[in-house]
Amino acid sequence: MIALENVSKSYPNSTGPVVKDLCLNVAPESLLVLLGESGCGKTTTLKMINRLVETSSGRITLAGEDIHALDPIDLRRRIGYAFQGIGLFPHMTVARNIAVVPELLEWPRKKIDERVDELLDMMGLPSNEFKSRFPSELSGGQQQRVGVARALAARSRLLLMDEPFGALDPITRDELQTELKTLQRTLGLTIVLVTHDVTEALLLADRIAVMKEGMLLAHDTPERLLRDPPHEYVKSLMQMPKRQAAQLARISGTSSE
Amino acid sequence: MSEALTQQLALLPDYLSRHLLLSVTALAVGIGLSLPLAFVTIRFRRLQGPVMMIASAIQTIPGLALLALMVPLLRQIGFLPAVIALILYSVLPVLRNTVTGIEEVDPNLIEAGRGLGMTPNQLLLRVQLPLAAPVIVAGIRTATVWVVGIATLSTPVGATSLGNYIFSGLQTQNYTAVSVGCFAAAALALTLDRLVRFIEIALARRSRRLVAVASTLAVFVLGIGLWPVMFAGSSQDGRLTAVIGTKTFTEQYILGAVIGEELSAQGFETRTLDSLGSTVAFDALVAGQIDAYVDYTGTIWANYMNRLGNPGREEIANQVDQWLAEQHGIELAARFGFENAYALAVTEANAESWNVRTIDDLVFRAPGLVMGGDYEFFGRPEWTALQESYGLQFQELVTMDSTLMYAAVAAGEVDVITAFSTDGRIVAFDLALLDDTRGALPPYDAVLLASPGLQARKPELFRALANFDGAIDADAMRAANQSVDLNGGTVLDAARELADQLLR
Repeated sequence: MIALENVSKSYPNSTGPVVKDLCLNVAPESLLVLLGESGCGKTTTLKMINRLVETSSGRITLAGEDIHALDPIDLRRRIGYAFQGIGLFPHMTVARNIAVVPELLEWPRKKIDERVDELLDMMGLPSNEFKSRFPSELSGGQQQRVGVARALAARSRLLLMDEPFGALDPITRDELQTELKTLQRTLGLTIVLVTHDVTEALLLADRIAVMKEGMLLAHDTPERLLRDPPHEYVKSLMQMPKRQAAQLARISGTSSE
Repeated sequence: MSEALTQQLALLPDYLSRHLLLSVTALAVGIGLSLPLAFVTIRFRRLQGPVMMIASAIQTIPGLALLALMVPLLRQIGFLPAVIALILYSVLPVLRNTVTGIEEVDPNLIEAGRGLGMTPNQLLLRVQLPLAAPVIVAGIRTATVWVVGIATLSTPVGATSLGNYIFSGLQTQNYTAVSVGCFAAAALALTLDRLVRFIEIALARRSRRLVAVASTLAVFVLGIGLWPVMFAGSSQDGRLTAVIGTKTFTEQYILGAVIGEELSAQGFETRTLDSLGSTVAFDALVAGQIDAYVDYTGTIWANYMNRLGNPGREEIANQVDQWLAEQHGIELAARFGFENAYALAVTEANAESWNVRTIDDLVFRAPGLVMGGDYEFFGRPEWTALQESYGLQFQELVTMDSTLMYAAVAAGEVDVITAFSTDGRIVAFDLALLDDTRGALPPYDAVLLASPGLQARKPELFRALANFDGAIDADAMRAANQSVDLNGGTVLDAARELADQLLR
């Protein structure tokens, strides 16, 4: 579905490239997680896919088409985009936020209204109750659901998500992660998701791409990365949830004595 | 209600309406220019610095100066120069707030908009503008209050406004007029400010009903306010019109009113443009925007002809007449028959104790004395002539409003002033005029000047103006000035009394 071939990005005034010679393949209807610490180049990589950031060299193709041959505006309208917390427009109601891309694509009014209702129901937000609310009147989890609905509005089959659950409390996050996975499977979505949360990556991903200092260290299924990490850094990263679980077990063990 | 107040309120519909028209036109055009300009500077960042600098620089020019500068620039007086100056003033707050408002929109939202596939224009219209709206509207409200306030300064460039109350009121010490003018301007500014705020709330709530109410209210306020000026011109029934200009001091207002009354009585449709700046009046006459105004031969001699010396009253009158006709085609319609000369004045008590009766006598004491002059005097060639002829050197020169000079010298706050010889306060404050034995100051015959070609265009009007030849003597003029400046009478009453005493 998406292929990155030797993609690099450097900025004129910075020392080294932010992304170095990256090669990645995202299979259709799969969920790829770009995992790494902040500053590792994962968000830049994501933004190069919808050309919010332009590549310095290399090639990105979308279903075989070179994205540089496409109009960036059209490209972005074809790709759903959701990111952390505040991406909703505060001056628009929930319904208008969701309708942004269909409106840009000049869908007929009736079709837009139906799509908004459909998406709100899909997200578990009853349409008649939520559609005329403003984002400030929603909880964090509700806002993020609306964000996902907006990204899906124009029936995009490809979704880019930048730390979509980063600002949520753990319980809501858990809930939304499960919902996203279900959604991805039922709708057959291709998703590229950026996170620094290893547990989230392990739970959601079909494949994980681990990045460090602009370079791809590993690209494989969660199982294989856990079992046979190709790199010391990747190993310690993948072990982290287990280590934390062991620590938790120790704490609960001592406290019960 | 007191008669003084009633008299002032009768002028309100005309003044208020013209003031509103000026302000609203300036604001509409100003906003129409500033918003696109702001968008351009946001798109082309390199322009932002220079554009902001120019807008700020304009803002630092004092209001009165910017307005007055428009007159020679446009070669005309009245609505156009005033409205252009006000437009320039309205640009900065709207421009700055629009740029700031748009640039302060959360960058995450901009990125969200771009990521969803908005073009730069869609981003501006759908995201940046709505989110910046409160800041932009705040700028519009600032501009509204500024423009309504500064519009009071359009009076001296010949655009009637609420400033007419303030300028003439301050000069003739008619504080009722000043208060009415200030109050009306403040009320107008607040009303328009509230109106803009209301429209903003209506738009922000996206309530059709509120928007309808707000726009109806706006149309209603503007409709009522602009009614008088919109239908002002419709009463012309083929009568001959006459436009008389006046400068900003009591004698000018009285003479303007006398001429106006006389012409109206003879069936002319008369309008006076009060409180014009000194050179504005002359320029307006040359351009034919006023038909006539009163000036003084010495002023023209020294300031326009750049002549020094004093060849005598008759000689100067003849040369001025000839120069005006040759250089500008201006016709000297009448010489009233009195002089209003610049003269140095001290209190009678000081004249006595210092034994000073002529300017010559003063030279020796001058280095220890403070001299007060009106706004123009120390910049006029007459002052240079006085200094050169007598070698006058004062300890300090103080510029002040001409109406305050007399009280200041009487109270000893200054020692010498430049008095006007027909001013009623010379007698009232017991001042002594010092003889100009060396003839440094020219004579200042009051003359009625007619715009170029008036005699041919409106012979009836020219004949009516010529009727004022020799009609007023210095005593009558001084008494009329005194009744306003000293006894608190109104200009109109003084003018009517003077009209009864015209020498024919």
